[in-house]
Amino acid sequence: MSGIPHDHYEPKTGGEKWLHSRLPIVGLLYDTIMIPTPKNLNWMWIWGIVLTFCLALQIVTGIILVMHYTPHVDLAFASIEHIMRNVNGGHMIRYLHMNGASLFFLAVYLHIFRGLYYGSYKAPREVTWIIGMLIYLMMMGTAFMGYVLPWGQMSFWGATVITGLFGAIPFIGESIQTWLLGGPAVDNATLNRFFSLHYLLPFVIAALVAVHIWAFHTTGNNNPTGVEVRRGSKAEAEKDTVPFWPYFVIKDLFALALIMVIFFAIVGFMPNYLGHPDNYIEANPLVTPAFIVPEWYFLPFYAILRAFTSDVWVVMFASWITGGIIDAKFFGVLAMFGAIIVMALAPWLDTSSVRSGRYRPMFKWWFALLCIDFVVLMWAGAMPAEPPYSTISLIGSAYWFAYFLVILPLLGVIEKPQPQPATIEEDFAVNHAKKSDGGAGAPSATPAE
Amino acid sequence: MFKKLAISAVAALTLSTGAAMAAGGAGQVEDVDFSFEGPFGAFDQNQLQRGLQVYTEVCAACHGLKYVPLRTLGDEGGPHLPEDQVRAYAAGYDVYDAELDEFRTAKPTDHFPGSNLEAAPDLSMMAKARAGFSGPYGTGLNQLFKGMGGPEYIVSLLVGYTGETKTQAGVTLYENTAFPGGWISMAPPLYGEDVDYADGHSNSMQSEAEDVAAFLMWTAEPKMMARKQAGLTGVIFLTVLTVLLYLTNKRIWAPVKGKKTS
Repeated sequence: MSGIPHDHYEPKTGGEKWLHSRLPIVGLLYDTIMIPTPKNLNWMWIWGIVLTFCLALQIVTGIILVMHYTPHVDLAFASIEHIMRNVNGGHMIRYLHMNGASLFFLAVYLHIFRGLYYGSYKAPREVTWIIGMLIYLMMMGTAFMGYVLPWGQMSFWGATVITGLFGAIPFIGESIQTWLLGGPAVDNATLNRFFSLHYLLPFVIAALVAVHIWAFHTTGNNNPTGVEVRRGSKAEAEKDTVPFWPYFVIKDLFALALIMVIFFAIVGFMPNYLGHPDNYIEANPLVTPAFIVPEWYFLPFYAILRAFTSDVWVVMFASWITGGIIDAKFFGVLAMFGAIIVMALAPWLDTSSVRSGRYRPMFKWWFALLCIDFVVLMWAGAMPAEPPYSTISLIGSAYWFAYFLVILPLLGVIEKPQPQPATIEEDFAVNHAKKSDGGAGAPSATPAE
Repeated sequence: MFKKLAISAVAALTLSTGAAMAAGGAGQVEDVDFSFEGPFGAFDQNQLQRGLQVYTEVCAACHGLKYVPLRTLGDEGGPHLPEDQVRAYAAGYDVYDAELDEFRTAKPTDHFPGSNLEAAPDLSMMAKARAGFSGPYGTGLNQLFKGMGGPEYIVSLLVGYTGETKTQAGVTLYENTAFPGGWISMAPPLYGEDVDYADGHSNSMQSEAEDVAAFLMWTAEPKMMARKQAGLTGVIFLTVLTVLLYLTNKRIWAPVKGKKTS
């Protein structure tokens, strides 16, 4: 499958040959699992496996939860308590599912920022990047709809606020909102369709994940140097790569196990830490919570949504030039979706010929600022929409757009990159020469071999 | 550099989520050292039984626990009442039976009744629904390190009455230092010595408040002990697995890394 030359599956026995000539599925699995992988991948390349695990965890725990859940406004909240109190192990399954969503988003953000730093989005991996962004959007939709299902106060009011965003679209917004909700307000019809879609979308995500993997198996993995694997011959490629199995499978499983230790500590000892207390109060359309805050993983984009108030000059300008069609609310919605769109367009906005941020002295600092910006936006999104938080949100949002629309295109022109290693083999040798020479641990590992 | 960034991002992220939850806006809440805090904390069975008594004799006049099945009073990791006592306790309530279309004496398989007063909220999950005030500065660190949460809020609310009252739109409001906004419509429920404990434990206002708060934590999270046990088992086994995978990984990579240096 990959463009990197390597050994392919050869059916040996009669049975294997029989199957292979009819359905080469064993060969497909073999080529997938034995794909030559750059040997210098660092620990930021483990998140793919963590994400795959999260998807499986969410689907498995979710399917079990559905067996006991009732999607009806009068019964949903009580059915969650039924799961928490009466279903065998139900409280663990539900807490795994709840906190599994947080782990899923933590991993996806680290995965995305890994890609942004090492230039994984650049040619020839644009399709991988775009599919990844689609997966991320689907994840957001799935998580949002899943959060509505317990039918707590934050479920209900979160759904009201977020679906209200579609109402901000000029002319057709209200019709779209009614169509999405299945009525004039969030009600039983909304709960039912969200339940249906929350069950459907994970399988769409699973299919997209397969395409995501297919795409980067076609181009080969990026790596911390951004230098491509040599593809002249099999012998040459083998100097830069090792097979995925067992080298990276074991490495990734080790990382996953370590993350699972922390994850189980959170699920076991503080499962509600990341949740909102108001969601343990049943939804009540007559009582609005004092503060409506989305889950932590939506906060950066929630901050961008709220940052553009009617007194910001770009909003005033947009309103003036469109004759009032674009008001502050619609501008905020455009900004929120725009923030993700500019990120998706990164492959075409980044003009630098160098792929990895490791060899880009100026880029490094702007990227570090982007990471800080993301965290600041997350914090600002949790705060009330008033000064000074609204100003901080606005500055944070401005930098987010500036990074993708101005800094990335300009840096490629003005920045003078540092020299890159000629090959991955060279980079790997430099990194491991130091450790093995002075390391006392290395000799003890070799005699057994 | 990326690693450092990632670590600081995660750290800051934890802080900012605490802030998200702190946005409840609340009054003064004092930390209480409950027995069930921390990874190894467990419910004090005697305290839960005392708290049940306070709930039954004081709170139940107005409030309900409609999500809590009466039979769970006999569960391990809870008040753990003997079966005959659970039966006798259940018989003290009348519940509405939809099939008979009339009220009848409650059985252990029934739930606690709901609230008697429209304005009195159900207390089943109150200890989890009121955990969102934790400071300092909205970081949520008090919740993380001191275990401050809903039970502390309940204690602070019950002992937080100043004695001041005012009438607003025909409703009497009582000043309370823990209640968000400072004025609550619930009259002070506890004064101290409201109940007589069979085990001779102090029935001061503070201990009654702590006992009922612990009981409400149990009604909110009845499977807490089982959950912590599962968490601990998970952590121990996964740690062993992590060590084994670490060693495996080191062994597998040794020739790949060693080849380049020798």
